[in-house]
Amino acid sequence: MSTPNKPAFQLDYGDLKRRHRKAKIFANFCATITWMGVALLAVLLAQVSIDGFKWLDWQFISSFPSRFPAKAGIASALVGTLWLISLIAIISIPIGVATALYLEEFNSKNRLNRLIELNISNLAGVPSIVYGIIGLAVFVRQLGLERSLLSGALTMSLLILPIIIIASREAIKTVPMSIRHAAFALGATRWQTTWAHVLPAASPGILTGVILALSRAIGETAPLIMIGGLTYVAFFPEGPMDSFTALPIQIFNWVARPQQEFHELAAGAIIVLLAVLLLMNAAAIVIRHKAEKKFK
Amino acid sequence: MTTDTYQAVQASNINKRSTRWAEFLIQSGLGLCALVSIITTIAIIIILGKEGFSFFQHVSPAEFFLGTRWVPLLEPQSFGVLPLVWGTLLVTFGAAVIAIPIGLASAIYLSEYASDRVRSIVKPILELLAGIPTVVYGFFALTFITPLLKGIFPDIQVFNALSGAIVVGIMVLPMIATLSDNALSAVPQTLRQGAYALGATSYEVTTQVVVPAGLSGVMASFLLAISRAIGETMAVTLAAGATPNISLTFFESIQTMTAYIVQISLGDAPAGGIAYQTLFVVAGLLFVITLILNVLSQKILMRYQEVYD
Repeated sequence: MSTPNKPAFQLDYGDLKRRHRKAKIFANFCATITWMGVALLAVLLAQVSIDGFKWLDWQFISSFPSRFPAKAGIASALVGTLWLISLIAIISIPIGVATALYLEEFNSKNRLNRLIELNISNLAGVPSIVYGIIGLAVFVRQLGLERSLLSGALTMSLLILPIIIIASREAIKTVPMSIRHAAFALGATRWQTTWAHVLPAASPGILTGVILALSRAIGETAPLIMIGGLTYVAFFPEGPMDSFTALPIQIFNWVARPQQEFHELAAGAIIVLLAVLLLMNAAAIVIRHKAEKKFK
Repeated sequence: MTTDTYQAVQASNINKRSTRWAEFLIQSGLGLCALVSIITTIAIIIILGKEGFSFFQHVSPAEFFLGTRWVPLLEPQSFGVLPLVWGTLLVTFGAAVIAIPIGLASAIYLSEYASDRVRSIVKPILELLAGIPTVVYGFFALTFITPLLKGIFPDIQVFNALSGAIVVGIMVLPMIATLSDNALSAVPQTLRQGAYALGATSYEVTTQVVVPAGLSGVMASFLLAISRAIGETMAVTLAAGATPNISLTFFESIQTMTAYIVQISLGDAPAGGIAYQTLFVVAGLLFVITLILNVLSQKILMRYQEVYD
């Protein structure tokens, strides 16, 4: 650390009472600040519930967006979000898990693999709106997919791939080496070992990571606005090539309007969105908990 | 398992040519999936680079980087990016001033003072805060923070940099708190015990031993949070407005780089036009700035990490 002559830290041997008082004030200060953060969450939730709960009814969930607040609902947004999340799962999970398996199980520590690793950690930090621009240029314009569900899902998949890959790798790393050795000793090939032993053992961890990544995708707004643009959609999409709206886009649209009623509608939609997210997070926690018990 | 089964497995497996082929094919398939991430990066660089290049054939880099007027849509056009960069800096600076001290204090509380029970309650709450979509924070800014500010400072504009800065600060706070807590918790117990044995108080242990020992992780979390604040889009679009403006106060409406991108894409700019190209140049600038910060944070983590065992 430092030269031996220089002490690593310096004590003030003055008034002991004063020093302890200082320590106590500091501890209380840190605690207060932390609980203020927690209180902030409570305020945020209270604000949303006060504004939104009165709009939450079946009519709100089953109606299409409308110019008239009393008639407006989130049906098309909710269905759009469900479509989107299914497509994103279908696209991103296989690619993400395959990448993680390749890097962990088939990794020969060569230059290319190190490049891929570095690349993934950097991609995880790219702002979501940049992915939106890439989606707009590549999927919407270059590949001619238009402003469709598929364009949105592909863009979002690129966005959450790094998260899935990083989480899956962590999960695969926790699988004990002895499991692999046992399989190899019985003559299994690398892929047989991976498929029949490593993947099942790592699957709770992978699943947790995937759920958290998908819940990130549900709440992402900026890339969808770049891709979708559309905010008034009064029909249900019937296939991946249809145009769409989604919950976060609908929320943005309502928050951006000046009228108070639309802000309250937005709060209602936020409650629905947060409920979906909370359910997914709870699922992730339950899975993680079960997996921890199994391995201990 | 008996020898017979073992030999059967062996015979059916490794020696078969078809198995080797299958093995090779599968490995190549997995490798192709891994290439997707490389292709993504290349696509980002090529697309931003290409559109940026054609933009700079119309507008000189000097005008872009040094110009102080950003009027891309109305005549007479002007493409000085500084107002957007300034707006982004203003919001990021404000967010950092709020989030860094509070986040660090929370991390210290969690790693040094809180009981296991409190930790097990507060940490998930912080993770929950971190998982709330940014558009929800935008709603929070517009319906809660801005009216509150209006009560304190009556002459503040409806859209203002302060509201954006506060909400982005709140947004990146959980990130700083959890990452710094991880770094501080990783400092070995023996260091604390040594300092306590010398008669130090908890304040002295924390500020002179624990925080310096975990400083690389703490600094990395600051940089990541700043990079996140720069790239943050929806909350600042909703809270801070759409007026490119080199404002010296936090009370006026400004526009960040990200908010500009949203504004243009909502208007459906025609492909190929100069307004469309500005999207890519601004996004390119954003990409480069955040990339530099992220790489810097990784470097700090790797180079200055003190290794204990």
